[in-house]
Amino acid sequence: MADKTAMKPNRPELKLHVPEPRFRPGDTPDFSDLDIPAAGSAPKPDIGVSAAETEPLTKGLVRVLDDNGKAVGPWDPKLDADTLRKILRDMVLQRIFDDRMYRAQRQGKTSFYMKGTGEEAIAITTATALDREDMNFPTYRQQGLLIARGYPLFEMMCQIYSNKGDKLNGRQLPIMYSSKEHGFFTISGNLGTQFPQAVGWAMASAIKGDSRIAVGWIGDGATAEGDFHSGMTFAAVYNAPAVLCIVNNQWAISSFSGIAGAEKATFAQRAVGYGLPGLRVDGNDALAVYAAVRWAADRARSNLGSTLIEFFTYRAEGHSTSDDPTGYRPAGEAKAWPLGDPIERLKQHLLLLGEWDEERHEAMRAECDAEVRAAQKEAEKLGVLPEQGKDNIESMFDDVYADVPWNLAEQRAQAVSEGGA
Amino acid sequence: MATMNMIQALNSAHRVAMERDPDVIVYGEDAGYFGGVFRVTEGLQKQFGKTRAFDAPISEGGIVATAVGMAAYGLKPVIEIQFADYIYPGYDQIVSEVAKIRYRTAGEWGMPMVIRSPYGGGIFGGQTHSQSPESLFTHIAGLKTVIPSSPYDAKGLLIAAIEDPDPVIFFEPKRIYNGPFDGHHDKPVKPWAKHPASEVPDGHYTIPIGKAAVVREGADLTVLAYGTMVHVALAAVEENGIDAEVIDLRSLVPLDIETIEESVKKTGRCLVVHEAPRNTGFGAELVAEVQERCFYHLEAPVERVTGWDTPYPHAYEWAYFPGPKRLKKALEKVMAD
Repeated sequence: MADKTAMKPNRPELKLHVPEPRFRPGDTPDFSDLDIPAAGSAPKPDIGVSAAETEPLTKGLVRVLDDNGKAVGPWDPKLDADTLRKILRDMVLQRIFDDRMYRAQRQGKTSFYMKGTGEEAIAITTATALDREDMNFPTYRQQGLLIARGYPLFEMMCQIYSNKGDKLNGRQLPIMYSSKEHGFFTISGNLGTQFPQAVGWAMASAIKGDSRIAVGWIGDGATAEGDFHSGMTFAAVYNAPAVLCIVNNQWAISSFSGIAGAEKATFAQRAVGYGLPGLRVDGNDALAVYAAVRWAADRARSNLGSTLIEFFTYRAEGHSTSDDPTGYRPAGEAKAWPLGDPIERLKQHLLLLGEWDEERHEAMRAECDAEVRAAQKEAEKLGVLPEQGKDNIESMFDDVYADVPWNLAEQRAQAVSEGGA
Repeated sequence: MATMNMIQALNSAHRVAMERDPDVIVYGEDAGYFGGVFRVTEGLQKQFGKTRAFDAPISEGGIVATAVGMAAYGLKPVIEIQFADYIYPGYDQIVSEVAKIRYRTAGEWGMPMVIRSPYGGGIFGGQTHSQSPESLFTHIAGLKTVIPSSPYDAKGLLIAAIEDPDPVIFFEPKRIYNGPFDGHHDKPVKPWAKHPASEVPDGHYTIPIGKAAVVREGADLTVLAYGTMVHVALAAVEENGIDAEVIDLRSLVPLDIETIEESVKKTGRCLVVHEAPRNTGFGAELVAEVQERCFYHLEAPVERVTGWDTPYPHAYEWAYFPGPKRLKKALEKVMAD
């Protein structure tokens, strides 16, 4: 047994604090005391701003869309209606895609899936605000980057099914996409690893005198990893042309953001200590996301270095198909979330502008639904997961190295002769 | 042709590679302006500029991670981890990322990079400047692990590693940076200048990765060694009058199994030596391969001479190090049967 000291009896007993979320299953979630600054209230500094001057922006919230869907304040990116409609369509497409693939997993067609429900505005709008050639180092919940950049849904599904059309040859867990052509670095299940990698890519771009920038992604939970610290350090030291994004969706599987340190400071506030400007942004407001990313990208492209952006959002569904959030949080929490649904909010904005109507929305939704169904039908022609892993066993030994060494050649011969399990 | 010690040869390898390929970038802790604590990267910043040879924060995880990003961009990072004992904060990036990216992208992204690091004992470095962690890397699919034992090999292997399409862990036996060490720590240090392998061409050449060197031909016993232990083993077989064939593996992964198999089948006896601890050390793999391939040619059980299964003990360095006494005993045992 661990003994405590008997030497200083008059000192107070020390107490360990273990953060606890405000609501657990059975509670009625009430976020009315959450400090949500009014849309349009955050000032927009010049991109040459010092890190310290952004301190108020790291505690507040950059918001553009007000409760009625009106764009207000200095961060309004003033996007044309076609761009807004494209963002809206991509978000609707992702949500339908997520629902279909979630169902495919439940039908036993694949092993795993992760939805991005409620967070669609973040990746999709970021991709819209970037140049097509900028490079992303995503986490597993940035499928919107691929969707916004026109990566075929069919390809995504083939990867999810690990089938004959899977460009990754059945080697990666579903949704761990990779596409150099779409500026989407291979996803790792080891959280946080990609964040400093993005900084390295940005350093390389600067070393070569290129004009492309990198975007690093990380979740609120994984900011606790050392990789977050090393990424921030290298970004600051070398003035790397990167946009560094934390998606704070409040939950890391079952641990609320307080377990990653959110009780003491916002995630965006950490930027200032590294000497980087920080922004805290309403992640459910596509216009705010666009404006923030554009501002940070302009800074990076102007040799002003990296910016840390915290996208404040809410993970409306479980962590993955392997998770049941009713075990740790109230069922109604997503509905009670005060920043609303990103799709509804952008739709409302377009309606207000007179650039959209319910009929068109329904038609667009039906079109997306048909697109997803058609892609799924095509992908399933090439097989679903339970049928895989039997043919072409020899391919398992490719790409470990550029050339197959003798030991792998021997093992390949053995594996092929065994013919699988 | 010049006479070089191992540090000068490694420095020359960097210069040759950087002159030939503008995408080669060198960085690490103290590796920029100062040229590294062992001076391997000395003068590179002056010659190639600050954006191609620079100092890194004390963050092995960050050094490896940024090298991943640079390799993804298309550069060829050659990074220095100051001591192999410090590599562990970068281990997740090496194992989960560097080693796996070619595989998990089905070849779309390779990870050409060299992770250089001084390793091994014999310098009174205590447990944080003496370790031999090679088996933690040889176990990982997707990595190559190379260990030179002379100035000539060091330069040729490092250039080959830099030009390799795959990531290479390049461990440099720091005990022999300045001269070959025969294991007799109480005798004066010999400089490289008197050794033929200190004759190093100034220009470009490579030594293929995956090719062992027979550094002494012999008929009665095969000794498998790498790094500092090549020289310790050579001295031991001479001192004990054994006609041994000494093989310097040079590359642990890929392993030159043909040279090993041919030699053991010829001699019928085998001794494996390394500084690293015995338990699941690389020697265990060598012994397994030798018995699988050469069992019916063996006259005696294959022996191992290794470090003990303890942390590296500072004051007890020479009781830990697999030196002449331990080698003599093992040689006698393997030759007795």
